[in-house]
Amino acid sequence: MKLGFLVDLNLCMGCKGCEVACKVENEVPLGSWRLRVKYIDIGTFPDTSRSFTPLRCNHCESAPCERICPVSALHYLENGIVNVDSSRCIGCAGCMMACPYGAIYMDPETNTADKCTYCAHRVESGMMPACVVICPVQANIFGDIDDDTSHISQYIMEHQGAVQVRKPEKHTTPKHFYVGGGNQTLNPLAQQRLEGYNLFNNVTHLKHIGDPHHGVIDRFLAPFTSHEHLDNKSFMDFDNSHESHEEEGGH
Amino acid sequence: MVEHGIHATQAVVTLDVALPGIIWGWMITLNMWAKSVGTGVILVGAFLLYRHKKEEMPNIRWMMPLISFIFLNIFLLFTLTDLHQPYRMINIFLHPHWTSAITVGAWMASLFTGLITILMVIGYFDAHPNVRKHGACAKAAREHSALYEKLFPFVVFLAVPVTLYTAIIMAEASARELWQAPAEVMQMMWAALLAGSAGLIFISGSWSKESRRDLALVLAIATFFSFLMYMGEYFFSFKSAEAEATLAYVHSGGEYNAEFWFAMVLGFIIPFFLAVKNMKEDNKTMLRFAAILALIGLYMAKDVWLKIPQLLNLS
Repeated sequence: MKLGFLVDLNLCMGCKGCEVACKVENEVPLGSWRLRVKYIDIGTFPDTSRSFTPLRCNHCESAPCERICPVSALHYLENGIVNVDSSRCIGCAGCMMACPYGAIYMDPETNTADKCTYCAHRVESGMMPACVVICPVQANIFGDIDDDTSHISQYIMEHQGAVQVRKPEKHTTPKHFYVGGGNQTLNPLAQQRLEGYNLFNNVTHLKHIGDPHHGVIDRFLAPFTSHEHLDNKSFMDFDNSHESHEEEGGH
Repeated sequence: MVEHGIHATQAVVTLDVALPGIIWGWMITLNMWAKSVGTGVILVGAFLLYRHKKEEMPNIRWMMPLISFIFLNIFLLFTLTDLHQPYRMINIFLHPHWTSAITVGAWMASLFTGLITILMVIGYFDAHPNVRKHGACAKAAREHSALYEKLFPFVVFLAVPVTLYTAIIMAEASARELWQAPAEVMQMMWAALLAGSAGLIFISGSWSKESRRDLALVLAIATFFSFLMYMGEYFFSFKSAEAEATLAYVHSGGEYNAEFWFAMVLGFIIPFFLAVKNMKEDNKTMLRFAAILALIGLYMAKDVWLKIPQLLNLS
């Protein structure tokens, strides 16, 4: 069995339901993501279109994150899922440096690496990943790509020639596929990222990795002190402590 | 991240989540820099001991491992401090994953530091016969004085992979394509020779002129080839389109451009000429000045080289 994921970008309407469902299911902290939906506007007015690209871990068959992890915190399950054992992670961020897809984040509450696991805990009990269940247009298709009769395998067969993966030149053999969407959606060089001009948020860079309230000394003291949880207020305070994009001419 | 984009597509990212900035920061730079000094003094020291009698360099037998010990511990401290779960470092030894260069490097560096500690203790008590004459540790060290010469070849041999393994970590960090293993391996080796010769220059005041001239020679060669390596990588390497776009952004005056050139001049060009001049004149002050500049410039060069690849836009 080899589990794979396919997103039909022709169907995706950018509702972000999958993003929210993933956050709720996996308790992903504020400012972090396991799954994100990126919006791209293409063309010049009035001939414009907006495309939506859900991005998550690609569960590569030759995963650079698994190879670089010094303690096997990132490891393969028998079904092909690249899973994370946060109790073993030492927080070296090697996996973040190795993942060509930028799919791994440092959890600010546990100070360990985390990422999409295709909801391995749900899959183990025979359920679909949360993002698949929530999708109102069934753009997310999940299943066994080793099984020719599975929905995902048939979908891939039906759309041969239109199936893409992100960065095939990296030879990571991703098990996450996309149907539809032009080159602009998956190729970072084909898009412009204008700082400060996002639709709803003006934060484009995180200036910290891990909990902003935890300094170097705090990392050593953390096991002996009670942990200060991040909430909306602390996050906003952190955001306000940096210069706003308004000063840079943004929104 | 660096802004890319081609006019033809007219595609603009209009909504996305916050992206992490620099993930491996100054602590990793300091860690790599300190390791260069820690292993470099052993490599350059071995070269000097091969070329000259140890009587020409009276303090080298204990000062060399002492410098190495101090800088290796700085390296290990910042390796630990950079971890978000520092106490779990033990997992590298309890649950090692041998495909990871981080694991292999941690084991080798720990062994190397252990051996250096033995050399330092033996070397110190041999050089200071009146210190703790009746102390058990001092006595044991003096009794096993011959162990120094037996261990030293293994330590020199081990210094090479300990110097180079970080290049393999960089290569395994495959999202950052500026870090290519072959070039990075050579950069690490030249950095170690540069830092090692610079480190030993500070204790070479009482050495023979010939040994100091050899130190200046190593410094000159290391700065020259380091500079060539950086120039080759910066201007003439051919990488993925994303890496090329990032380098083009830096070349055109983007982030780290000024720091890069400052590092090249301060760390490699000026020390090269000072070292070459010193091979004829034997001016201790000038040589020390060259060593200080080289060490500062090396830190800056490593810092820039660590951070530029992290500008790559991954999605």
